[in-house]
Amino acid sequence: MIRNLIRPASVLTVLLTLVALPSASNLEAQGKGTIKIATQSPLSGGQAALGEGIKLGAQLAIERFKGGLEKAGFRVELVPYDDQAKPDVGVANAKNIIADKDILVVIGHLNSGVAIPSSEVYKEVNLAMISPANTNPTVTDRGYGNVFRVCGRDDVQGVVGAEFAQGTIKARSAYVIHDKTTYGQGVAEFFKADAEKKGIKILGFEGTEEKSNFDPIITPVKAKNPDLIYFGGIYEQAGPFFKQAREKGVKAKFLGPDGLDSSDLAKIAGKAVVGMYYTSVAGPVSVYPQAKQFADEYKKKFGKNPEPFAAQAYDATAIGMKAVEAAVRGGKTPTRDAVTAAIRDVKHTGITGAVEFDGKGDPKKALYFVLQVASENPEKWGDNKEVKRLTIAAPAAKK
Amino acid sequence: MDLPLLIGIFPQVLLDGLILGFMYALIALGYTMVYGVLEFINFAHSEIFIVGAFVGVEILLGLKGAGWLESLPWPLVLLLLLVAAMAVSGLLAAAVERVAYRPLRSAPRLIPLISAIGVSFFLQDLIRLVESVWRNAFNLVYPTLDGLNHRFELTETLDVSVKSLVVIVAALAMLWVLHMLVNRTKIGTAVRAVAEDQAAASLVGIDVNRIISLTFLIGGAMGGAAGVLFGVQYGLINPYSGFIPGLKAFTAAVLGGIGNIPGAMVGGIVLGLLEAFAASYLGLLTGGAFGAEYKDIFAFSVLILILVFRPKGLLGEIVRERA
Amino acid sequence: MTRAALAIGLIAVSAWAVATFPRSILVFLLFQGSLLHAYLAPIPRWLRVALLAAALLVLMPVIGAYNGYYLEVATQVGIFVALALGLNIVVGLAGLLDLGYVAFFAVGAYSWAIFGSPHANLIFGGGFPLAAGWFWAFLVVGLLVAAGAGVLLGLPVLRLRGDYLAIVTLGFGEVIRVLANNLDKPINITNGPKGITPISRPPVPFDVSYAEAFYFLVLAIVGVVILVNRRLEDSHVGRAWEAIREDELAAQAMGVPLVRSKLLAFACGASFAGVMGVVFSAKQVFINPESFTFLESIGVLAMVILGGMGSIPGAVVGATVVTVLNLQVLKGLSLWLNELKNAGVTVFGLSLADLPTQLEPAKYERMIFGMILVLMMIFRPQGIFPVRRRARELAGKS
Repeated sequence: MIRNLIRPASVLTVLLTLVALPSASNLEAQGKGTIKIATQSPLSGGQAALGEGIKLGAQLAIERFKGGLEKAGFRVELVPYDDQAKPDVGVANAKNIIADKDILVVIGHLNSGVAIPSSEVYKEVNLAMISPANTNPTVTDRGYGNVFRVCGRDDVQGVVGAEFAQGTIKARSAYVIHDKTTYGQGVAEFFKADAEKKGIKILGFEGTEEKSNFDPIITPVKAKNPDLIYFGGIYEQAGPFFKQAREKGVKAKFLGPDGLDSSDLAKIAGKAVVGMYYTSVAGPVSVYPQAKQFADEYKKKFGKNPEPFAAQAYDATAIGMKAVEAAVRGGKTPTRDAVTAAIRDVKHTGITGAVEFDGKGDPKKALYFVLQVASENPEKWGDNKEVKRLTIAAPAAKK
Repeated sequence: MDLPLLIGIFPQVLLDGLILGFMYALIALGYTMVYGVLEFINFAHSEIFIVGAFVGVEILLGLKGAGWLESLPWPLVLLLLLVAAMAVSGLLAAAVERVAYRPLRSAPRLIPLISAIGVSFFLQDLIRLVESVWRNAFNLVYPTLDGLNHRFELTETLDVSVKSLVVIVAALAMLWVLHMLVNRTKIGTAVRAVAEDQAAASLVGIDVNRIISLTFLIGGAMGGAAGVLFGVQYGLINPYSGFIPGLKAFTAAVLGGIGNIPGAMVGGIVLGLLEAFAASYLGLLTGGAFGAEYKDIFAFSVLILILVFRPKGLLGEIVRERA
Repeated sequence: MTRAALAIGLIAVSAWAVATFPRSILVFLLFQGSLLHAYLAPIPRWLRVALLAAALLVLMPVIGAYNGYYLEVATQVGIFVALALGLNIVVGLAGLLDLGYVAFFAVGAYSWAIFGSPHANLIFGGGFPLAAGWFWAFLVVGLLVAAGAGVLLGLPVLRLRGDYLAIVTLGFGEVIRVLANNLDKPINITNGPKGITPISRPPVPFDVSYAEAFYFLVLAIVGVVILVNRRLEDSHVGRAWEAIREDELAAQAMGVPLVRSKLLAFACGASFAGVMGVVFSAKQVFINPESFTFLESIGVLAMVILGGMGSIPGAVVGATVVTVLNLQVLKGLSLWLNELKNAGVTVFGLSLADLPTQLEPAKYERMIFGMILVLMMIFRPQGIFPVRRRARELAGKS
């Protein structure tokens, strides 16, 4: 029985040999003069929408900024990797990425849980990783020289939310809901801690992995009648929650972090989110005119509105390319070390603000906006008004 | 602890749990019927369920695009959605059986399970592919039907929306029809005969393959209907939304006694209530030390307890033990 | 003689090819194929053992020096092989369907993660992380804790049969994951979704890199696991398991102690996962509950069944096929398509560069994986390497 397998196995190996050799030489031949930028984010599975946003943001940035490098005689290519939101897949991809010498910058990941082990691999060869979405403080607090992020940190954004809740909304009580992810729970915890310090009464703090049925969570919220509900999480989950809460007659104001910054939120929750506040580094059009251009271009090219971290991925990629350009000397492909060093010196004004990195790889100063949703029409998401502006520097690493 | 609050929200939690429970019950039927006949877990049933939800949203969006959504009465629209989703999901389930399970009829029991897992992965991403080419979207939102969203505020802490009543009524009606079909018709007798003993059934002239296809068709149709109700009730679906409810419904089917149709109903409702009460009350009762996130642990612990004392499920299984 | 020459030749040629074209995945597959060939070819036993040992102990690390990615894949294959072998005892030998197997992996991983990182300071005050040398002790601790968890799960559910057992194990798997995700309060034991980092790695002798060290460690553990499995299979206990699988009542009537045998199956299966969990957490430096989802359990189950239930070579090959498919073949395929796209290749007069982003190949790896699962089951329902006895049963049936 088992012996029967031998012939097919031998045939298969011979066949593979025939196919393998020519294609292998092909891959080698293309190597010269190509600069690759890799993205790693979930492209399949339940978090694929956000992951794809990161990839598309990077793609748009490469198309827009590759001119300079092409003039210098390089081909610039995007290599998208699917990390499936799984740490083991992310690490294997990372090993594959560092084996491809043409890859000079990695844009990723979506999940801190994947970014942390993967960046251990990038660190082996000092390959730069610029994260558009990993807000977990640990990502940069490890002090790795090759890890950067253009997004804010949980311990900054949560504080911004609390500041606004107390100072502007004048909320006396709040109910905090989060999605049990690194991001959502992280930002919610920092909000809660700071809000309590500022004298806001926290009536409840609930985490849930639920995606569709929020009834049992809303019932106690409604009974306790808070002034404000803070939702730490992503719009996909917040949308149904807000909608169901309003339908059930909850009257509290809504507030949340930049995971809610998506026109799809208006599509999902409709008039339930009109008047909702959210904190974000991505400012309104009046402050960053290119942001509008980005959104229009994205919509034109991909037929949909940008997902929450797409703009950050766009900026991260732009910074990476700027650094590559700076590191190109005498028309030779720069080394990874040179690119990583160059990123430290990049000063970039992108669509999510001016970015400049501190020693740990965090943005030096994050300018946060608090915006308010103006309309239930998803097309008018860009009209959301700026309510307040706060600048907070990233805290030093605590050990 | 705030006793009036705890008592005050009780009816609302009960109602929410019932709605969820009926939803689980409808999906659980698909698992339990297939199990009764073939003794295997149809893992792809959660995708059959979510396909129903997608059919529903596509029709609604189509009607909305044509401008008919406002003019048609909502019960008619809902009926249309249910019928269409039941047809598509039912046929899809039967097709999956024909392609991926029938060739494995005589293989060891776990082989079709892996095939089903493969189908499940395949269908998830196929739905995604189709939706992303067709609508260029990942999440789809059910357009609201105004009539369905109407709420009755009975007391300060209890309100009931039309759509929750619709879910309960529709679920009850379908369960009743299914019950009649299985117990009072010739086809139902044939289904039960095949579940009892395939060889004997074929000896008395029953076309076993046809009956198995039919079982998948009916189970799939129930799943499709549940998909529409799920979409109408909770509003947002994506290609992977079916997975968790599917898993829960399967649990419900086992809880009630797998292969047992009334058991699936009872199991679904018990699981729905357990979840709703755990999610609402755990945080309140423990002062925030444990919260809604423990609802699944709570539900599963109760499940284990029930199975320890009633190893064949709440109502007992109807499948006969095979050597 | 020619067969021996062919086997040696294939391994030599493919190893040379990998060193020459370190980026080509097809060449690496060829290398794996040559190993399979050496295992199957009718050559003397000593030669087979020598060839496989040389390939795994010498050639693989050398290949890894050319391309570290392959070493990573080989290491992950090893981890999953051990998991599949463990589950094989429970499902394949004893016939107890376990849908929550990854829970034991999680238990092992967290046991080292908590004490091998500064995290334990939050619970016990100070003195952590433990010195790196403790890692070796924790291989045993992980084993014991996971085996204990196996018994704990086994005890209440022994009366259950078939799919009731399946659903309870599924529940158990979810309970462990949800606990890991939530035990950051009231006492912070697992740090919740934020996970635990940095986890210490064991001290490495000589001048070996961590990647190589973990490869050898995993290889050694897999070796031990295979040995244990082979001894178990033909032992008293192994026979008892198979008797229970075939007919519980008859087995009991023949004097097989049901309770003890079943508990032992759970404990044995769990212990392999526990050991690998410890290795996994040290290798990753970071763990959080996302690595221990229900889908991982299903993945390991798919490996066991794909390979051929109850069969040791089956579990090994099944784990290899699934892992290589996921990490290499499907990824390689989509990268290759991406390359074609970037190069502007045209198919039927349509430039691939104009392909809409909805059809991005990287997005559909799982879909192809699903299709392959179905096809393999239809065309080879007994698995790749069925147990000889079961193969005979199947042949007799049809």
